[in-house]
Amino acid sequence: MIKQLLKYINQYKKDSILTPIYVTFQVAMEIVIPILMSNLIDFGIDNGDMSYIPKIGCLLLLCAFIALLLGCLAGRSAAIASAGFARNLRQQMYYNVQNFSFLNIDKFSTSSIITRLTTDVTNVQNAYQMIIFTAVRSPIMLISSLAMSFYINAKLSIIFVICIPILGFGLYIIVRKAHPIFTRVFRTYDKLNTVVEENLSGIRVVKTFNRESYESKKFFAISEKIYNGFLKATKLVALHMPLMQFCMYGCIILISWFGSRIIVNCKNDASTGLSTGQLMSLIIYATQILMSLMILSMVLVMITIAISSAKRIVELLNEESDLKNCYNPLQAVPNGDIYFENVSFSYVKDKNKLCLNNINLKINSGEVIGITGSTGSAKSTLVQLIPRLYDTTAGTIYVGGHSVREYDIKTLRNEVSVVLQKNTLFSETIKENLKWGNENASDDEILKACKSAQANEFIESLPQKYDTFVEQNGTNFSGGQKQRLCIARALLKKPKILILDDSTSSVDTKTDALIRQAFKREIPGTTKIIISQRISSVKDADKIIVMDNGKIIAFDKHENLIRTCCLYREVYESQEKGGNSDE
Amino acid sequence: MSRDIDFNVVKRLFGYIKQYKLKFSFVLLFIIISAAVGAVSSLFLRTLIDDYISPLLLDPNPNFSGLLKTLLLMAGIYLVGVLATLFYNRIMVSIAQGILKKIRDDMFSHMQTLPLKFFDTHTHGDVMSYYTNDTDTLHQMIAQSLPQIFSSAFTMTAIFFTMLYISMGLTLFVLIFVFVTIKIVSKVLNKSSGYFIKQQQSLGDVNGYIEEMINGQKVVKVFCYENRAIKRFDKKNDELCMNAINANKYSNVLMPSMMSLGYVMCILLTIIGGAMGIYSVPNICLVGENVLTLGMIASFLQLSISFANPISQVSQQFNSIITAVAGAKRIFELLDEKSEKDDGCVTLVSAKEQNGMPTESNEKSNLLAWKISNKDNTFFYRKLSGEVNFKNVNFGYNKSDIVLHDISLDVKAGQKLALVGQTGAGKTTITNLINRFYDVENGSIIYDGIDINKIKKTDLRKSLGIVLQDVNLFSGTIMENIRYGNLDATDDECINAAKLARAHNFIQMLPQSYQTFIEGNGGELSQGQRQLLSIARAAVADPPVMILDEATSSIDTRTEAIIQKGMDALMKGRTVFVIAHRLSTVHNSDLIVVLDNGRIIEKGTHKELTLQRGKYYQLYTGAFELS
Repeated sequence: MIKQLLKYINQYKKDSILTPIYVTFQVAMEIVIPILMSNLIDFGIDNGDMSYIPKIGCLLLLCAFIALLLGCLAGRSAAIASAGFARNLRQQMYYNVQNFSFLNIDKFSTSSIITRLTTDVTNVQNAYQMIIFTAVRSPIMLISSLAMSFYINAKLSIIFVICIPILGFGLYIIVRKAHPIFTRVFRTYDKLNTVVEENLSGIRVVKTFNRESYESKKFFAISEKIYNGFLKATKLVALHMPLMQFCMYGCIILISWFGSRIIVNCKNDASTGLSTGQLMSLIIYATQILMSLMILSMVLVMITIAISSAKRIVELLNEESDLKNCYNPLQAVPNGDIYFENVSFSYVKDKNKLCLNNINLKINSGEVIGITGSTGSAKSTLVQLIPRLYDTTAGTIYVGGHSVREYDIKTLRNEVSVVLQKNTLFSETIKENLKWGNENASDDEILKACKSAQANEFIESLPQKYDTFVEQNGTNFSGGQKQRLCIARALLKKPKILILDDSTSSVDTKTDALIRQAFKREIPGTTKIIISQRISSVKDADKIIVMDNGKIIAFDKHENLIRTCCLYREVYESQEKGGNSDE
Repeated sequence: MSRDIDFNVVKRLFGYIKQYKLKFSFVLLFIIISAAVGAVSSLFLRTLIDDYISPLLLDPNPNFSGLLKTLLLMAGIYLVGVLATLFYNRIMVSIAQGILKKIRDDMFSHMQTLPLKFFDTHTHGDVMSYYTNDTDTLHQMIAQSLPQIFSSAFTMTAIFFTMLYISMGLTLFVLIFVFVTIKIVSKVLNKSSGYFIKQQQSLGDVNGYIEEMINGQKVVKVFCYENRAIKRFDKKNDELCMNAINANKYSNVLMPSMMSLGYVMCILLTIIGGAMGIYSVPNICLVGENVLTLGMIASFLQLSISFANPISQVSQQFNSIITAVAGAKRIFELLDEKSEKDDGCVTLVSAKEQNGMPTESNEKSNLLAWKISNKDNTFFYRKLSGEVNFKNVNFGYNKSDIVLHDISLDVKAGQKLALVGQTGAGKTTITNLINRFYDVENGSIIYDGIDINKIKKTDLRKSLGIVLQDVNLFSGTIMENIRYGNLDATDDECINAAKLARAHNFIQMLPQSYQTFIEGNGGELSQGQRQLLSIARAAVADPPVMILDEATSSIDTRTEAIIQKGMDALMKGRTVFVIAHRLSTVHNSDLIVVLDNGRIIEKGTHKELTLQRGKYYQLYTGAFELS
């Protein structure tokens, strides 16, 4: 897992390697400085040699300056390396998410994907900086101190050999216990995000029903869970500080006891045993060794948190889209023919829970096809299979004579334009929203599409016209306006197949009729599939599909359907009776 | 945006700690104990050598029992130190988590009170970032940096006095040096804190972009927008990266600079002290005047290093502190957003009829009444009947862009009012004003003779049932989603509401029927089915006045006709506002109002309006004329 992540360091490898190098040299300077300083005291001040002091003094200042310079360089490259690493991770994750099918997205949930891309990446970024910048210093200090203490007295240094594993074991236990808790807490974070997100988008419902306190309660419960989880985990982690103090103090007592005995036995002779001066140094080294261990352990804690996050990142990176291009895909759609052959579909890929059941259907290029049927009869599901938003569970769909799986997905979707039932506009200007359909659309083309979609008129009446900003979820437009903008956006693609999934439900009947007339006039060659509850919207279609419960129960002209399909007739009559009106 | 560290933010953060006064004073106590044990430990060495090892060396028969006793005593002291460290760390962690929870909860509760404008103008992902990325920044600062600062401050004060004890002159030098260092540090900090704030902002920006794109993923796919989405994401991502680099660059430089400055200070001290010693410059200290000896210089050096160490330790925490201040700044911005204004004092109460006059009753009843206070603090009650009057109402979402012009309407109790007109004519806006999602600019809306601005918002909304154009469900079971309308509803009541909304049939087909778990924006339900649920949700709330805004647009007409019957029965005697494009659903209304460009152009019954042959007639017969 780590190996895979490291791959994404990429162009920041240089800084990632330079940082520890700078730090190493900086530490070396820090080791040199005390030695020089003791020389300064011993030879300069002790001997009262005033000429020696400025010489060594300047050298010392130079060392300090070099250390400063190296430190700054290290700090800079550490920042670049870690922030860059995080950038690459986010980028890779986002690329992968863009390839996700809806099945993939549902598996993770939107809020979880967001947490992974931000919070989790930040955790990894911090840990990474810690490792290359802060943590490098400790092992160097640790090893040099350990070496020095062995050099002074090997026997006494055995105390360290005993102490270090105890500390190490303790830290290991802490990390092991804390890790799963952190993993759990992060999962709760996803839930927190879900509650916030649903609250944000459903705020009108919340306010309508006065459910503010109910929502807060829901949030508090999750917040409480996070509190408990983090408390448990961080309480465990907080043990590392006293643990390390315990070991340090233990070492000092042991060294004092055994050290004193050795000194007394050998009569304070460094050559046969130990001197008092050496004892002092040993204790200083003991502090240094354990200090570096503590910093290492702090890094370890960071890594514990980061590993939970890293796992979540890798999960996202390794998720393969279940919709993939075939080998050597077709790059062009010849025409707008559509053919369903024994198509069945289930959202959960379960043959016992089919939404669409054995659909056979043939639509010729350029035809206008209406689809109608009761709520939940799988009309939307049917059309979403054509641009391959989902793969069929059984059977094959042919577009332009080839199976949809043979096409390059992008090519296919460029030629099959769907105006979805749930309109999504994005927080940018109208023009930018429209350009989703065609990045390079000229103003004329945009104008034409908007005229066809009967949107030009209201856009022109806005103070900033096409540059009006669309607020999140298009809250500053009425339902019908949003629908017309979405239709214009789809028209800009100039597709071979245009599918309107109940996209004029909030548009008044007159405008609706104008839109259909414009289609007839402007895009005669395009296959048009129109899903609608209004019979008036589909009545003039070449043929009408009547769906019920995932099956096609009739496929014919309006005139014939009135005679042959009782469901259709019933609906027609109910709408007619509504005051001959809805027509 | 100020580049300086915002001390108001810091002060407010401390306000949160204040709630843990007792715990926090314990923490301080334990920190002092722990630091004191650390100080004792460094003094112990000298005692060990001077008081034990040296005499023992002279003793031909060394007796170690005295040393053993002292060591055991030390062990005891150390144990106290370790325990103190243990306690303050654990208490501090629980304080930190408690504060984080409090801040999260405060934010969410406060957010619930914000006006819709806030939700319209902030991307959802950015707001979500407050709860995760910004709150997270506080953790390390409270749990680690704060104790570190206190412990350092304590150590430094102790050492400061010891230094004064040896030499005032040298101490003054140290002080000047520290002062200069602090100046430099605060300069760098200010510089980087601006970037840290930017970093948190762009993190929120990235969060917002991801959220919007993933929620609109279907559109992204349909339009093959992936590459462009990636391009735009890259731009935001790069910006975040740049801000993170700049922020961390400055703060990373701090630690090594502090360390090096510490060395420089020691070196200069040695040279100055050495010179003072060699030339026998008089040295003033707390106990009088003397000449610096080598031993004194050595111990002073030792002390000055211990004095500089905490500074560089604290400087390691700067990162987390500046990030936290940046995060906190955003959090407080959210907390400072102005809540929805609610000056209403008229409340809605359950009532019973007494001598023909409504009075308050504690029993649950179908009769509701407005409780209106007189000037002299007495109350009187008025039966809720559902009469709504618009008097010359003007309104615009922005000041420059008026959406509704001079709307006057009289809806009598129990009437069914239909709003028709082209898209964008202002139909939804009218209903948005009744429930005070937005407030009228000019004119007034009178509800049962009371200006709606005088009615408490929650009570006003309690009396209105609204089925909105866009259906929002929440993650949870179907049952929970229906019960959202009335938390006290029994299962049977929910099922009855579902039956009324014709949702019962499809719910029964679901794998776990009413207990099926649905995701808030999940695709397992069709748009029409979601609308049916939303109608059931409103039906279970059983409100006296109902607003149906395109409530049935995605439902097939056959189902709609059946629902209509149920709804009509339910709504009998209650005021209903209907917005619909299917004129078939509105033609039996008591009053039909035709809107055009924010103005009422026609008003009347179906019959009257058809006879008028105006706009309504055109809309009504539009399709005929066109084809």
